[in-house]
Amino acid sequence: MSQTNWEVVIGLETHTQLRTQSKIFSGASIAFGAEPNVQACPVDLALPGTLPVLNQEAVNHAIRFGLAIGATIAPVSIFARKNYFYPDLPKGYQISQFELPVVIGGTVKIQLDGQTKEVQLTRAHLEEDAGKSLHDDFVGLHGEKSSGIDLNRAGTPLLEIVTEPVMRSAAEAVAYAKELHALVMWIGICDGNMQEGSFRCDANVSVRPFGQKEFGTRCEIKNLNSFKFLEESILYEVQRQIELIEDGGKVRQETRLYDPDRQETRSMRSKEDAQDYRYFPDPDLLPLHITSDMIDAIQLTMPALPSTLRSQWQESYGLSDYDVALLTQSKSTADYFIDLLKLIVADLVKPAANLMAGDFASALNRDGMDATDSPIRPSHLAQLLQRIQDGTISNKIAKDIFSIMWERGLTSPLAEQGVVDAIIEEKGLKQISDVGALEKIIDQVLAENQKSVEEFRSGKEKAFNSLVGQIMKASKGKANPSQVNQILKDKLTN
Amino acid sequence: MNWHEKSLSELSQAIFAKEVSSVELTQYFLKRISQYKGLNAYLDVQEELSLRDANFADELIAKGQAGPLTGIPVAHKDVFVTKDWKSTAASKILENYLSPFDARVVERLGIRGAGMVCLGKTNMDEFAMGSSNENSAYGPALNPWNTQYVSGGSSGGSAVAVAAGLAPIATGTDTGGSIRQPAAFCGITGIKPTYGSISRYGMIAYASSLDQAGPMGKSAADCGLMLNAICGHDQRDSTSLRREPDNYLRLLGKNWSETAQLPLQGLRIGVPEEYFAQGLQEEVGQAVRAALKQFEDLGATCIPVSLPKTKLSIPVYYVLAPAEASSNLSRYDGVRFGYRAKEYKDLTQMYERTRSEGFGAEVKRRILIGTYVLSQGYYDAYYLQAQKIRRIIAQDFQTAFTICDVLMGPVAPQVAWKVGEKSKDPVEMYLEDIYTLSPNLAGLPAMSIPCGMSTEGLPIGLQIIGNYFAEAQMIQIADHYQHVSSWHQLAPSSSVTSSGGSL
Repeated sequence: MSQTNWEVVIGLETHTQLRTQSKIFSGASIAFGAEPNVQACPVDLALPGTLPVLNQEAVNHAIRFGLAIGATIAPVSIFARKNYFYPDLPKGYQISQFELPVVIGGTVKIQLDGQTKEVQLTRAHLEEDAGKSLHDDFVGLHGEKSSGIDLNRAGTPLLEIVTEPVMRSAAEAVAYAKELHALVMWIGICDGNMQEGSFRCDANVSVRPFGQKEFGTRCEIKNLNSFKFLEESILYEVQRQIELIEDGGKVRQETRLYDPDRQETRSMRSKEDAQDYRYFPDPDLLPLHITSDMIDAIQLTMPALPSTLRSQWQESYGLSDYDVALLTQSKSTADYFIDLLKLIVADLVKPAANLMAGDFASALNRDGMDATDSPIRPSHLAQLLQRIQDGTISNKIAKDIFSIMWERGLTSPLAEQGVVDAIIEEKGLKQISDVGALEKIIDQVLAENQKSVEEFRSGKEKAFNSLVGQIMKASKGKANPSQVNQILKDKLTN
Repeated sequence: MNWHEKSLSELSQAIFAKEVSSVELTQYFLKRISQYKGLNAYLDVQEELSLRDANFADELIAKGQAGPLTGIPVAHKDVFVTKDWKSTAASKILENYLSPFDARVVERLGIRGAGMVCLGKTNMDEFAMGSSNENSAYGPALNPWNTQYVSGGSSGGSAVAVAAGLAPIATGTDTGGSIRQPAAFCGITGIKPTYGSISRYGMIAYASSLDQAGPMGKSAADCGLMLNAICGHDQRDSTSLRREPDNYLRLLGKNWSETAQLPLQGLRIGVPEEYFAQGLQEEVGQAVRAALKQFEDLGATCIPVSLPKTKLSIPVYYVLAPAEASSNLSRYDGVRFGYRAKEYKDLTQMYERTRSEGFGAEVKRRILIGTYVLSQGYYDAYYLQAQKIRRIIAQDFQTAFTICDVLMGPVAPQVAWKVGEKSKDPVEMYLEDIYTLSPNLAGLPAMSIPCGMSTEGLPIGLQIIGNYFAEAQMIQIADHYQHVSSWHQLAPSSSVTSSGGSL
């Protein structure tokens, strides 16, 4: 097997469930987890005489997405019917967009191995989801277990986002999917919950010899609902196609399913059994007109995008790649940091970023929280940073105070003002910066550690750190570290 | 009292004057319905439910909360879904189907709307596909003028109900002539308004871009009164127009031109030459020309015009309507409601048998045509091409309306034919729709009024086609004609109708 001779070509289609109150063409709720069929109204059941009415919020979300990726937002797009029979498809057709989608083009930037790459999108279109077939876990009218259909999901708004075949490895595909996932959550159009099916990918995979212009025959792997499965299935599929071709076979164009237990893809249906969906414009819905006024109004509600914030923060405050990546990991973290920036002076921004990337991030992680839920609000962090800067406390003590605030905040909300000062007072954590007091502690430590003193004087530099450690310990961490350094150095070298 | 001969305003006056109660009126019509059951005009009658509504109407009247339609009975075409009456669209696939909601039209006219009392659901061609009512799964509604003859379709049951005095007025729907043609065949007045004027919510869809509800009554004035109650925007139908409600009776009795001597002086009537071409039955042509003469006597001027694409309306319609129907009827799959085949071994067979057994021949034919024209490789040649010609047809009308105010011609090339006469050749039946299809394709309002009788004693209809939103003018014009003619007042003799009872 010579994988190095083969170029991998991947395009992704991602079904993003839009965060709306109700379904795309009816007033029924789309909340997840309800009892089967309680969130299906006559329109969702396709009862005779019912008609679809477009949910404007779904359109607004599509516009938000178009703006976020620099795409063209079609002034006129058309809803079309995709006709096929399946028990979970009540009308016998799915309302989707075919020839004229709402979003055209656009790019998503991905970072991989320190390189930036642009992934071009073909389109994004609005459509409705189908229901779900339940096997054995459906309780029938008479309490018996049987197969059944749950139409709660039928009519859930989706934005199907389609890329050009521009990705060249499973890693690139995953990087794109992760970036897209972060983006749709960032702009608030999708909850990103992959387990509940809010974000699922179909991967179109083909291989061709390096240098060949034409694409190889592609297979489509359907319904990948985790980044892990996306990666595994592509890796498997690439290997399968290469082996097949190298053994003299041909790749058949088909739809495949990934079996995570066996870590392999399996044929679901070939192109020959592909259905003719008989798309045509839905006569029940008018063409969707989007004016520049509508787009402008939505532009005003758009949050700054992560890439914009990253370069802005790097330029203005000299933050590191690592810091800005962490601060823009989620919209709630970025919003938190933006709030914090309003409360502190420029000199404190870097320490603030460090604090957020360090203690703050790990506390959120540990307690499984989002920055929005943090018991420590930006105002509290600002107080803490202020006390570090004015020398009242050391960085080390600051960590302790952070932990205390976190614990207390979890039990009851922290007061807006004076929380940090109160803890410093209560616990006696104020830094010792008085020279006389420090000299007293240092003299005491030196007297008790003559051996270290001698070692230092005989050239062992390490002994110095050990002495500082002892001094800090003796001061219960309250000694001002830079002053300790200075006084100790003076005493030892004189 | 012969209440079935009265106009809506006469009935309303009688109710206000306490000459008759809604309950009495309802009982009167229910009795006639059962007496003329053989006409097969109704598919579902629930006397106690009608009387419940009538009682409620009488309470409203007693409380002084009555409007111009309160307490008057009405019949609904079975294409409108109803909570209390079965809604089958005359198909076996919806046998015994009960809707959890009322159609917008039913709601607007009903006891909590305009206050009318529902008499039941009227017969029709299955899913509104047909021109003779012979495609009903429950047998055809028969022409009350001669029960050997068809009633026309698809709103045949409603036309029969009004013509035979089994309802003072009825609702219908018109996709390619389904209000106008049975109205002409049965000698009543019917209006298909501008597309989008009346909500399609609760109308069982046949061809969504063409379907439009409308009134079927004894006169233009009666139809206008019902239009006032059922037109208007409905947010549940995205194709429903956002317009201020019109008063369709606002021009009634007024002269076309305020300064003129004659009532219709200044009115320019376009007479399309294509509507008098080969295939038009001589008697029908004569009756229509006589009516045009009468319009001239009323002061109007007839102008020859041309609608050159009229012939193309048949192929265009029979591509577009089946295309939409093939998709609209996919929901009848046996999964959630309606008929399901008794025996099947897997899902595919369940679909195949359910739909093969549940749908009638004409419905299956149109689903096949529609599926074919939407298929890959045929879509451009059929569906797209038909859409293009549809726009040209609409343009033809706009050209004509630059030189005339309304168009007039026959509703159908012939009078009603004998039951069974054309049912073997579907194409022959499709050709009968030639004059009625193009207003649907263009979305224009069109109406049918009685204008003569054939030597066999079958009614002949005159079609009036207006420009968009010209319904009030069309009613004004038709009403003037109905003041100087009596065709709309003729009623089938009860001996013929009751012989229908013995069928």
